[in-house]
Amino acid sequence: MGQIVLEQVTKSFGDVTVIPPLDLIIEDGEFTVFVGPSGCGKSTLLRLIAGLEDVTSGEIRIDGTPSATTPPAKRGLAMVFQSYALYPHMTVRKNIAFPLRMAGLDRAEQDRRVEQAAAVLNLTDYLDRRPGQLSGGQRQRVAIGRAIVREPAAFLFDEPLSNLDAALRVGMRLEISELHNRLKTTMIYVTHDQVEAMTMADKIVVLRAGHIEQVGSPLELYKAPRNLFVAGFIGSPRMNLIGGAEAAKHNATTIGIRPEHISISAEEGAWSGVVGVSEHLGSDTFFHVQDTGLAETVTVRADGEVNFRHGDRIYLTPREERLHRFDEQGLRIA
Amino acid sequence: MARSVTTQRKSLNTFIAWTIGLLIFFPILWTILTSFKTEAQAIADPPVWFFFDWTLENYRVVQERSNYNRFLWNSIIIAGGSTILGMIIAIPAAWSMAFVPSRRTKDILLWMLSTKMLPAVGVLYPIYLIFIQLGLLDTRIGLTIVLMLINLPIMVWMLYTYFKEIPGEILEAARMDGAGLKEEILYVLTPMAIPGIASTVLLNIILAWNEAFWTLNLTAARAAPLTAFIASYSSPEGLFYAKLSAASTMAIAPILILGWFSQKQLVRGLTFGAVK
Amino acid sequence: MSTKASRSAARLMLAPAVILLLAWMLVPLTMTLIFSFQRYLPMRGGFQGWVGFENYARFIGSSAFWPAIQTTIIIVGGVLLITVILGILLAILLDQPMWGQGMVRILVIAPFFVMPTVSGLVWKNMFMDPNNGLLSHLWRFFGADPVIWLSDASMLSIILIVSWQWLPFATLILLTAIQSLDSEQIEAAEMDGAPVLSRFWHIILPHLARAITIVILIQTIFLLAIFAEIFVTTQGSFGTRTLTYLIYQRVLESQNVGLGSAGGIYAVILANIFALLLMRIVGKNLDR
Repeated sequence: MGQIVLEQVTKSFGDVTVIPPLDLIIEDGEFTVFVGPSGCGKSTLLRLIAGLEDVTSGEIRIDGTPSATTPPAKRGLAMVFQSYALYPHMTVRKNIAFPLRMAGLDRAEQDRRVEQAAAVLNLTDYLDRRPGQLSGGQRQRVAIGRAIVREPAAFLFDEPLSNLDAALRVGMRLEISELHNRLKTTMIYVTHDQVEAMTMADKIVVLRAGHIEQVGSPLELYKAPRNLFVAGFIGSPRMNLIGGAEAAKHNATTIGIRPEHISISAEEGAWSGVVGVSEHLGSDTFFHVQDTGLAETVTVRADGEVNFRHGDRIYLTPREERLHRFDEQGLRIA
Repeated sequence: MARSVTTQRKSLNTFIAWTIGLLIFFPILWTILTSFKTEAQAIADPPVWFFFDWTLENYRVVQERSNYNRFLWNSIIIAGGSTILGMIIAIPAAWSMAFVPSRRTKDILLWMLSTKMLPAVGVLYPIYLIFIQLGLLDTRIGLTIVLMLINLPIMVWMLYTYFKEIPGEILEAARMDGAGLKEEILYVLTPMAIPGIASTVLLNIILAWNEAFWTLNLTAARAAPLTAFIASYSSPEGLFYAKLSAASTMAIAPILILGWFSQKQLVRGLTFGAVK
Repeated sequence: MSTKASRSAARLMLAPAVILLLAWMLVPLTMTLIFSFQRYLPMRGGFQGWVGFENYARFIGSSAFWPAIQTTIIIVGGVLLITVILGILLAILLDQPMWGQGMVRILVIAPFFVMPTVSGLVWKNMFMDPNNGLLSHLWRFFGADPVIWLSDASMLSIILIVSWQWLPFATLILLTAIQSLDSEQIEAAEMDGAPVLSRFWHIILPHLARAITIVILIQTIFLLAIFAEIFVTTQGSFGTRTLTYLIYQRVLESQNVGLGSAGGIYAVILANIFALLLMRIVGKNLDR
C-alpha cells in the first residue's frame, strides 16, 4: 500500500522550470533516495509528492489514485522536515498526537499509538518535555514519531539528518533503516549526501537540474554509472576520470577507475606517479598521486598497512575489468 | 566561551556598575522616598534619607484633592483602549504581510514607519480642528483613536517581526498532519504568536501611558490622563514636594513594573527590528 | 505557497491599517499645507486670504526662528552626544561579568519608563529648584552658591533631563548589539596581540556602528519632537524654545495658524530627512 507514480510531472516557478517532464515509479515498500547536488530539484520533487507545491502539469498517482490536486493532508503521506518543524508550544506527546487529533481519533486510541511510537523510538521518558528541551537527535525522533503514528502510505524525509553532527548522523541513519525494515512502508528520502544514499536506499534516483540522471540500486549505480555525472557523484572518494591518449587506448573519450580498483606497487605498473598527500584512515590509506600525466591527481586506495612517503615514486595498475568507458557525450559505453 | 574572571575583577565591575545604576535610578528612588515624607521633611536641608516619619498622608491627600482616580481611569481607558483597538487592526495587517508577502510588502512597511516619523506639532492644528468639528476634543474616545494611530506603525512592525520568525516548515508540517486552515490558526499559529502579541501589547501600553503631546494638547478637564494630571503640578500653587512625589509615584509605578518585563521587546519595537 | 484566494484575503486584512494610516497622514498634512498658504487667525477673524509663501518667509524671517533652530540643534546634539558616549560605556560595563547584573540593568533602564511630565517636574522641583532642590543642598554643602538651573543654565538643565530619559534607550540597544558580538572575534584579536583599547577601536566600535547609527536616527526623530519636558519646566523661556515649541506657541498660544503651519511644514521636512536615512537602514535589514 504505497506505490507512487509520477507521470510527465513538471514544475515551474514563473518562467523558471525547475522540473522538466519527469517520469518515475516508486514501488510499494521501497526505500527510495533522491540524491543530487543542491539546487537539483530533489526537494521540490518531494514537495510535489507531498502536495506542498502544486504541479505545473502532469500526474501523481498514489496507490493508483490521481492525487495531483489532493491537499497534502488527504494524500496519506507523512513528512519529516529538515528543521524537524516540531510545534514548540506542545509537549512531545502532543506533538506526536497532533496528526491523530486532527484525524479525530479518540483519546484512548491517540494515547495508545503515541505510547507505541514512543517505545519504538526510545522517547518514552521524554513525552512530557517540550522540543526546546531536547537534543537534536531526540527532536529528530519526535519528528519521526509524528510521522509514524499516522500509519501513512509513505514517509517523506527532507534531508532529515543534515542538522545533526557526524556521529549522530550515522546512528540515525541506522535507526531509519531499521525502521524501514520493520514497517516495510514506502519511504522517500532526500539528501545531498551520497553516503546516505548508498547505505540506506533500495533504489537511488540521481537528479541534476530537475532531470533524472539514473535510477537504480546502489550497486547498479556503483558498478555501472550511466554517465560521467553519476560516475563522479556516486562513490567516495570520487572515481578518477582520465581523458586524452590513455582514454583513446580504450576507444573512449573518458575512462573512469575507482580508487579501490587500482593496485599500487613500488616497482612496476601501468602508470607511474609521485605520492602527494596520503590519508591514513587505519583500515585504508588513500594516496593522492601526482605527476602521472593522466589527470591532476589520481586517488588510490591501498591497505592500511601500505606506507609510502610524500614524494615517493610509485606505480599504479588499474583493474581492466573495473574500467568505465564514456563517449564524447559523457555516456557510458557498454 | 565564557572565561573565568578573577573575583577581584568581578567585584570591581559589580561595584562600579551598581554605583552607576543607583545614580541613574536615584531620581526615581528619591521621588518614591519623598512621597512618604511630610512636606517639611521633603525640603529639609540636609536631606533626610530613610529615617523619617513614614507616612501615607500624601497619597491620601492627592487622591482626595485632585480627583486622582478620574485621571487614573482616563489613563487606563486610553492606554488600554488604544492598545486593544490597535491590535485588532495591526494583527491582521502584520499577519498578512508576514505570511502572504507580496512585492509591495517592504514598501508598505517602510511607509508605515515613515508615518510614525511625522512630527506631531506639524499636524497639531488640523487635528485640533477635526476634533472640534467631530466633538472629540477632551474625550477619551478621541484620544484613544489618536494614540492608536500614532502607535499603529510600531505595533504592525513588532508583530510582523514576530510572525516572520514562525518558520514556514511548521505550517507545512501542520498541513501534512491534516490541519485545515482553522486548525492551523487555532492550534499552531495562535499559540506560537501569543508571546509576540503579548510583548507588543505590553510595549504599546507603556508608550500610550507615557504619551505627552497629544494627551496635553487635546484634553482638558474631562478626559485628561495622568500625564496631564502631573503637568498640573507645574503651576506654582501645586509646589508641594511630598504631594508631587506621591502623585508621580502613582503615575509611574504601574508602568515601571510593566516596563521591567518588556526590556527586550523595547529594543525590537523601537528599532523596528533593526537591532535584535 | 500562496494562492489567489489567500492573496486577496491578505489584502483585505491589510486594508484597515493602510487606510487609517493613510488618512492619518494625508488629511492633516494636507490641511497644514493649505493653512500654510493662508493668513489664518482663528481668534481674529479666521481666514483672511491667500498669501502664497509669505508665511514661510515670515517664519524664517522672524527673530525667534534662528534662535529656535540653534536651541534645537544644541539640545538634540547635546543629548545625542551624552547618550551615545555614556550609552557605549554603560553597555560595555553591563556586558562584563558581575553580581546582580539583571538588577543593575533594571535600575539603568527605569528612567525610560517615567512619563515625560513626571521626569520634567521631578527634576525641576526636587533637584533643580534653587532653594529646596537636592542639587542646591549639595552645592551649599560644599560651600558653593546654588545654581539657578532652569534660568541660568537652562539649556544644560534641559539637556540633562532629556539625556537622563534617553540614556536607557541608547544603553539597551547598544547592549543588545554588543551581546551579539561573537566573543571568538574578541578572543582572536586578543590572540593577535591587540591591547584592550585597540580591541575597542577596531572590533567593538565597528561592530556597534550600525546600532549607533540607529540610536542616533531614532533618537533624533524623537528628540526633535520633545515637548512635555519643556512644557512643564521652562515653557520655552530662558532660551529653551525649540522649533517644536515655537510652532506650538504660534499655533495654540498666539493662534496664528498660517504662520505655525508653515513652521510645521519645515518640521515635517526636517524630520523626513532623518526618517529617510533611518528607512534606508531598516529597509536593508528587511531584505535579509
